[in-house]
Amino acid sequence: MKHIVIIGNGIAGITAARHIRKLSDHRITVISSETDYFFSRTALMYVYMGHMKFEHTQPYENSFWKKNRIELLNDRVEKIDPGKRALDLRKSGTFTFDTLIIATGSKPNMFGWPGQDLKGVQGLYSKQDLDLLETHAPDNQTCKRAVIVGGGLIGIELAEMLSSRNIPVTFLVRESGFWNNVLPEGESNMITRHIREHHIDLRLDTSLKEILSDSQGKVRAVVTDTGEEIPADLCGITAGVRPNIDFLQGSGIETDRGILVNDRLETNIPGIYAIGDCAQLRAPKKGRRPIEAVWYAGRMMGETLAYHLCKKPTTYNPGPWFNSAKFFDIEYQTYGLVAPETSENEQHLYWEDIKAKRAVNIAYDPESELFLGINTLGLRLSHRHFDQWLREKASVAVVLSNLEQAGFDPEFYPDFIREIKTQLTQLLKTT
Amino acid sequence: MDTTTSMSIAADPPAGASILQKVWAFLGTCALGILLLASFNIDLPHRQWWLYGSLTLLTAGIIGYTFEAYKNKPPGIKNDGVWHSSLTNGGLLGWLLGVAITFFYVILYFYPQYLGLGSDGNNSGLVAFFDPLSRLLSGNPASQWFVYGTLYTLGILAFGIKFLWKYRHNRYEKLRTLSVMFFQTAFAFLIPEFMARLNTDDFSLPYYDLKNIWPLNYYNFEQWRIDQFITAGDIGLALLIFGVVSIFIITPVLTYYYGKRWYCSWVCGCGGLAETVGDPFRQLSDKSVFAWKVERWVVHSVLVFSVLMTTAVVHSYLGYDAQKYWLNKDVFLIAVALFLTVLFAAIWKFKKEELQKDARYGAIGYLAVILGLIGIHYLSGSNVFLFQAETLRSTYGFLIGAVFSGVIGTGFYPIFGNRVWCRFGCPMAAILGLQQRLFSRFRITTNGGQCISCGNCSTYCEMGIDVRAYAQKGENIVRASCVGCGVCSAVCPRGVLKLENGPLEGRINSEAVLTGNDLDLLDLIKEEKTWKN
Ligand SMILES: Cc1cc2nc3c(=O)[nH]c(=O)nc-3n(C[C@H](O)[C@H](O)[C@H](O)COP(=O)(O)OP(=O)(O)OC[C@H]3O[C@@H](n4cnc5c(N)ncnc54)[C@H](O)[C@@H]3O)c2cc1C
Ligand code: SF4
Ligand code: SF4
Repeated sequence: MKHIVIIGNGIAGITAARHIRKLSDHRITVISSETDYFFSRTALMYVYMGHMKFEHTQPYENSFWKKNRIELLNDRVEKIDPGKRALDLRKSGTFTFDTLIIATGSKPNMFGWPGQDLKGVQGLYSKQDLDLLETHAPDNQTCKRAVIVGGGLIGIELAEMLSSRNIPVTFLVRESGFWNNVLPEGESNMITRHIREHHIDLRLDTSLKEILSDSQGKVRAVVTDTGEEIPADLCGITAGVRPNIDFLQGSGIETDRGILVNDRLETNIPGIYAIGDCAQLRAPKKGRRPIEAVWYAGRMMGETLAYHLCKKPTTYNPGPWFNSAKFFDIEYQTYGLVAPETSENEQHLYWEDIKAKRAVNIAYDPESELFLGINTLGLRLSHRHFDQWLREKASVAVVLSNLEQAGFDPEFYPDFIREIKTQLTQLLKTT
Repeated sequence: MDTTTSMSIAADPPAGASILQKVWAFLGTCALGILLLASFNIDLPHRQWWLYGSLTLLTAGIIGYTFEAYKNKPPGIKNDGVWHSSLTNGGLLGWLLGVAITFFYVILYFYPQYLGLGSDGNNSGLVAFFDPLSRLLSGNPASQWFVYGTLYTLGILAFGIKFLWKYRHNRYEKLRTLSVMFFQTAFAFLIPEFMARLNTDDFSLPYYDLKNIWPLNYYNFEQWRIDQFITAGDIGLALLIFGVVSIFIITPVLTYYYGKRWYCSWVCGCGGLAETVGDPFRQLSDKSVFAWKVERWVVHSVLVFSVLMTTAVVHSYLGYDAQKYWLNKDVFLIAVALFLTVLFAAIWKFKKEELQKDARYGAIGYLAVILGLIGIHYLSGSNVFLFQAETLRSTYGFLIGAVFSGVIGTGFYPIFGNRVWCRFGCPMAAILGLQQRLFSRFRITTNGGQCISCGNCSTYCEMGIDVRAYAQKGENIVRASCVGCGVCSAVCPRGVLKLENGPLEGRINSEAVLTGNDLDLLDLIKEEKTWKN
């Protein structure tokens, strides 16, 4: 029996712990300084919006951990000493391990803007950030206007959160269309329109220059690169995240942007592994990024590592890419890879119904007619079908002709798929 | 574009509770005020106009208020602030409302005289206030049940319209809400009243809400009902046969094809009220494993209780002599025992795997019924015995029919959620649930690996099912208690859940793994899972 210590009780660390318990009798300790129990970070927004209480974001009852002999420790790891196989904990001092799994997640990017340390300037990542937001922006009397910097998935969630409390929001986005470094033009435009429909003051092609302080060291206004000064009581920074690994400095564990790991998720030091947002693959699969800071990647790494540790050597070999999000009222799903721009090797078949706020974009290789990926807005499709088509390297024609099999909208929904199928098949023939 | 964006900075924030909303709330309150005045016997001139006026105003108030609340928002999920309001988060306002409704139910069931119920139609107060409408429909003076039925139906209609508006993006939700609105208005309210019009001095139809099926309608086979059915000739007999067919044929067939939802969230009046008036409180249901355990014990005990009670009651009015009529006391008891034995044996034989965990409960329930039947056989006639049919009947009527389904079931909406009765108390739900779990095409499928464990589905499941526990493992949800309201699927921000009817095979897939990872690894995990079971 080994003592496996996991730093971080997010999805990556907890999935690893659960699977290790299922597969073995090792002693398991999970250390985290954020909360006592695992909660779903993706649901933070719903707590602020009043859809849920914080306890609803905890997927397991508190008794679960004891019952499954997973020891939880609320403490902060200050240092790792790989030689002594020991951790230095803020409250409990030295803590030894046989195997170590680092799953410390991310933290919000800050780019050294003047004023970024003022009160009222914050990111949205942790439970503590949520509590901060309740302090800075409990209602539209305390927070008369908020400015959000950075147009990614968390930025739009923050905009939705604030506007649910009737706080006016100005949303600064550096790109010329919302998230158009990921989404093709059609989808990006649909979301851009929808953001404005929700009375968000969206500023495209605009970035942050400086945050101004009042006499109490609190944010008073935000200055954009066009020189405009926007009065604000809150400045939300949502310009992406980066691995949360500062405490590893000097430990001898090799890092780049994240903790460098091989395809068995092992760091340069045997017996020390890294998974989830904080891990950076030395050799990612073709077309994939070395750090994939999403829920699903953390979960799959956790599964893989548990098998590797308890059963037999297993490499991290995720299936085709998938992801999903929700932009205010519009659900988004994606399977496979759809580039924001078409190219010689990638053509797009786009369908949209502007009034119903639905869109589908299918990417394929014009040469081989290979299906590359699909984006959907306002429409649910089945993961299993696309996973299989992508693995089998199905042609775009096969995907189109079987599209109705992959519908996942609730019963009685208007049947858009037939329309999509005919239109896109037509389009495919003409191009 | 630039001008509009810079203008929006100066503009007011999107409105909160608007003035119009307050006006509608005020008008609705006035309508309630009129009803209250009537309860205290204040004499209003042109009573019928005050009645119609107040009912219209009440309905308009509810609809107007919600229209104002949602009109400026695009279609989509409308749960903002649900846990911030003390009315809907089990806070003080919720408790006050709960106490008020409970108080109303206690009066309604046990002290109708305070509502003004008089003998022979000499009503006063609130009941008399409703006389004009009752006379218009059935020709008879009102009773406390008429008052209740009217308010109940109006509640389902007004809050039904609210629900339609709230879920205007979701066709499943709209259709099933229209369905409960229709069944309540036509079957529970209007048809029985019109049926009363057919009554003459020597012909009388029993008051029958056709969609109210035994054992929810626990008194359907009591002696006075049977007498009514039989004296009403062919129509009466047809109604009686329909009552039997509803539970033994219609119910199993529809439940096989569509799951319990065809009844619980498309037809049933209790479900109808829960889904409309009770919708603001659905999030209050207890999701703990403990609550689930309590639910299974309580709801199945009620089922056993209701089967025994009905058997005892029917037994009590049947004759001893098989010569006079083939269905005598003993034939009846043996038939019931035989039916249950065959049913239990069949389940045991064909559904062993699904039953494994619950087998013990099933066996206990079955044993309890059989022992009860033997008890009825040997103890009937001995009036001193505690469980005499009449005592059983009145105890059931009081405990289950009144206290559980009315006082607790509805009175506690704002405290324990809107489906307390359906989840813990309804014997009909228990039967439908058993079949849904064992022999139905219905299931909720999950969408591969897309779940982010956010918990919206579990929070808004009115039946207290921890939907997320299944979704995050990629397993189908096949739970006895699921009423198929579809709200989990609606509120899921990642499109993970889909209510479906499909083949029985592979419906319960507890060995499922989450799509997305390495295929070899997934096979390994699958192996491990099946091996562990
Ligand atoms: C608001 C928001 C919404 C999101 N929505 C989505 C979504 O819809 N879909 C999606 O795929 N992804 C989403 N993500 C991203 C997703 O949540 C992350 O990819 C995922 O949570 C990362 O999991 P993890 O286990 O790697 O790390 P984390 O969840 O970050 O867990 C790491 C834990 O380790 C703790 N920790 C770190 N350092 C130490 C230390 N030195 N000592 C002790 N404890 C430490 C941290 O406090 C934290 O609790 C969202 C993220 C946010 C913030
Ligand atoms: S599981 Fe879903 S469909 Fe079933 S009762 Fe709960 S919320 Fe309704
Ligand atoms: S609402 Fe959807 S994403 Fe959230 S836990 Fe439930 S199934 Fe998963």
